[in-house]
Amino acid sequence: MTDEMDMEEGGVIKKFMFVNRKAPYGTIYALEGLEVVLISAAFEQDVSMAFIDDGVYELAKGQDTKAIGQKNFSPTYRALEGYDIEKLYVDQKSLDERGLTEADLLVDVQVMDSAELAAMMAEQDVLISF
Amino acid sequence: MKIGVLVSEGPYTHQASDSAYNFVKAALEKGHEIYRVFFYHDGVNNATRFTEPPRDDRNIVNRWSELGKQYNLDMVVCIAAAQRRGIMDENEAKRQGKSGDNIAEGFRISGLGQLVEAGIQCDRLVTFGD
Repeated sequence: MTDEMDMEEGGVIKKFMFVNRKAPYGTIYALEGLEVVLISAAFEQDVSMAFIDDGVYELAKGQDTKAIGQKNFSPTYRALEGYDIEKLYVDQKSLDERGLTEADLLVDVQVMDSAELAAMMAEQDVLISF
Repeated sequence: MKIGVLVSEGPYTHQASDSAYNFVKAALEKGHEIYRVFFYHDGVNNATRFTEPPRDDRNIVNRWSELGKQYNLDMVVCIAAAQRRGIMDENEAKRQGKSGDNIAEGFRISGLGQLVEAGIQCDRLVTFGD
């Protein structure tokens, strides 16, 4: 992996990918996962996020959580750009299986097929999945 | 090899903590360095000394404490996840006005930055979750 690292300002820059697999509510993984992503921005790493399986629901427009008494944290995904986290990859098959298209998502993403996503994962130094 | 470990599930309900323990123990016995074990999500529940499993079952929390002592492991519990789930050290209990603390020996409470740092510093970050 050493050949994939760049040295800048005396620190190591690694490729971090956060893989989001769970729906935004129902379990806490999406919310706590997002907290890690936001913290990682402070470390000036090469950060990307992948959304697969029910994880694609995290990015769905028009989330309304009033009836379940939980905070709607989906606006945070829109704020990621401000943290220089702009590489958001979404699995095409997962969208298709759930009747979603790119137009249903609340941020700009790159939609990929599973093989492209797998290749992207293989490039990473650190993969953390939620 | 320098290895970081992430434990994302609590004791007993999931296999994750058992597998992480067996992995860490085996890695140390083979002469690898465990840079840090980070406990996140329900994984923070591995750090409460108030667990009291039946006598014929393994004591997951004590097992971590003993391994931590034997190898001087850095076992870190995420503060935000711990606050949500009622895992406290003495300082945090005082700060929050709680009547007692419950953190087990060998664990310390710190921020999510410790997880990202482990990703940066280690050759591998190995996740045990669901």
